[in-house]
Amino acid sequence: MQQKVEFHDRAGKALHNPQIRSNFRYAMDGLMLKRLRSFPDLDELNRLRLRSAEIRANALARLPELLEQLEARCRENGIQVHWAETAEQANEIVLGIMNRHGAKLLIKGKSMVSEEMELNHYLEQHGIECLESDLGEYILQLAGEPPSHIVAPAIHKSRQQVAQLFKEKFPDIPYSDDVDTLTRNARDILRRKFYEAPVGLSGVNFAVAETGTICLVENEGNGRMCTTIPPVHIAVTGIEKVVEKLSDVPPLLSILPRSATGQHITTYFNMISSPRKPDEKDGPDEVHLLLLDNGRSHIYKDAELIATLRCIRCGACMNHCPVYARIGGHAYGTTIPGPIGSILEPQKAGLDQLGELATASTLCGACGEVCPVRIPIPELLNRLRFERVRQDHTGATRGQGGQRDPWEARIWKAWSWVHANPMLYRLSMRMATGLRWLLPNRLGPWTSVRTAPRPAAKSLHTLAREKGFDHE
Amino acid sequence: MSEARTNILRRLSAGKPHFAAPAAATRVPLARWDVPGRIDQFRNKMESVRAEVHVTVRDRWPDLLKSLVTEKQLSNLLYAPNGPLGETLSQAWRKEDPSPLICRNEAVDEWKEELFFNIGGAITAARWGIAETGSLVLWPTTEEPRSFSLVPPVHIAVLEAKDIYDTFADLVEQQNWHLCMPTNALLISGPSKTADIEQTLAYGVHGPIELIIIVIT
Repeated sequence: MQQKVEFHDRAGKALHNPQIRSNFRYAMDGLMLKRLRSFPDLDELNRLRLRSAEIRANALARLPELLEQLEARCRENGIQVHWAETAEQANEIVLGIMNRHGAKLLIKGKSMVSEEMELNHYLEQHGIECLESDLGEYILQLAGEPPSHIVAPAIHKSRQQVAQLFKEKFPDIPYSDDVDTLTRNARDILRRKFYEAPVGLSGVNFAVAETGTICLVENEGNGRMCTTIPPVHIAVTGIEKVVEKLSDVPPLLSILPRSATGQHITTYFNMISSPRKPDEKDGPDEVHLLLLDNGRSHIYKDAELIATLRCIRCGACMNHCPVYARIGGHAYGTTIPGPIGSILEPQKAGLDQLGELATASTLCGACGEVCPVRIPIPELLNRLRFERVRQDHTGATRGQGGQRDPWEARIWKAWSWVHANPMLYRLSMRMATGLRWLLPNRLGPWTSVRTAPRPAAKSLHTLAREKGFDHE
Repeated sequence: MSEARTNILRRLSAGKPHFAAPAAATRVPLARWDVPGRIDQFRNKMESVRAEVHVTVRDRWPDLLKSLVTEKQLSNLLYAPNGPLGETLSQAWRKEDPSPLICRNEAVDEWKEELFFNIGGAITAARWGIAETGSLVLWPTTEEPRSFSLVPPVHIAVLEAKDIYDTFADLVEQQNWHLCMPTNALLISGPSKTADIEQTLAYGVHGPIELIIIVIT
């Protein structure tokens, strides 16, 4: 139960930090409005969501075959394919490639899977420098912090905080908190690094089995830099990112940026199908695709929870989550925060470790409503709340029953017993109304910001009976 | 074959759940435009992300380009003499000395320093366009490699109006992309940008700061 304490602690700290509260509120309001404006036609949105959900679900239904097909096509195209069961194995594979080239610098495009692997930390322990080139990720690397949002990683920082950070790290560059100037400074600093780096790393948005194509969605051009300029390109992805056909890509590309940031399309959509061919004048000589499992094949076993793997990482669920907007991404303590993180991460780490996250929701339903691939997140949160306390150990979820509290279980057992026995029920109601003055004024955290509830002097049944409604 | 591969595929095949596929969606009806409508849509979307679009007739585009190069004060303009625009470009500047046009025939690795720090702009052809989202579609070639549209601060693209498709889905289907994917296929929709600081849009992060498109009708 260590995690419970940690999570509550972090959430409490975030709630008492007015800067975090206002930075997130401002950013989430903006993102929600932008998304809303980018889908003026609700009919179109609904059809597109149905289509996208169908594409992702069909890909998952055929996942083992599609992974083999993807591997075969990539190999035919000259892309080297690697498989890793754990983050540890994946890190070793990346290190192996770096060592084979005697490479000491890795320049990185944005990749949540590399965050999941804690790749930077691992490579740095082996004397290799990792440099984040996405502006938000770069800012966080300078600050020594993890991302707090999957699409806008530095969303918790204000412009002044970023300016201060640049001033500390680059005292030679004149101080400015103008966003354009800060952006241009980052461009100048990173330009030479793209030029020098022997190996570039990227994530993957979609991997197309039909053609062996790696697709990348981005705005800055750093993703294109990392996959074009260095002689070696490594793409890391979870095994669930595969889609069957090339024709599956346009609908997903249509819904992803609109759901994420409200853009009709991102600046760049980069489709890579092979390393540099003999007559070509640029592009990497080697392209590696690293397929990471790390618990995904375990989630795959459950017919309901498998929907978790449909996710295309747009972040709309967190943008619309009343809990995320208040506590921010760091409070979750996981790679992926927010509603999708609360269903994905406990399944990967085990409910005994992170099951508490499934309770970090009001079940308002906003996340499920905006999800572009229609993942029923509220239902899955409920399902995991059940899994974390179930006792029969017949489910497939890791750490099931791990957070069962014997006291809570006894209370619910008594509750259901009382409600199943009319005599007992009446007796308990009489006690609740009769002894209501015994209820203390302080009820733990509940009353820290609220007044204590007080049972009425007469129950609804009693009132009804007095009015003459004697029978059910 | 690796052990990891065997284990992952074994777990997936063994655990394969039976779940009802979600209700099949009716195919999303695609937006449709006539030729002028397509150009308008393309222009509106491109301009909404601060790209510059100039529509002109075939005979006039070299002069238009020349005035753009002067207006933007480009120190030089990288081009591909053997690419689809090569001859027209050489012709356009044949009388000028010095000409802003420069070309390099070696692999990019040989002149990386110059590419990164001494090129003012680059011009390439665009293979297709997409009206719905205002996107250029490039399949970089030996003559016009992919770094032309990425590294220099200004990218000028020349697009034939007849090559603009309504949607990306149409283009992929009608040009049978699944049979002939190139090393790198690109959709470019505006100059490089970011909103990573306070959700404020800033243009020109790592890719081109300006994108200029000449549409030939």
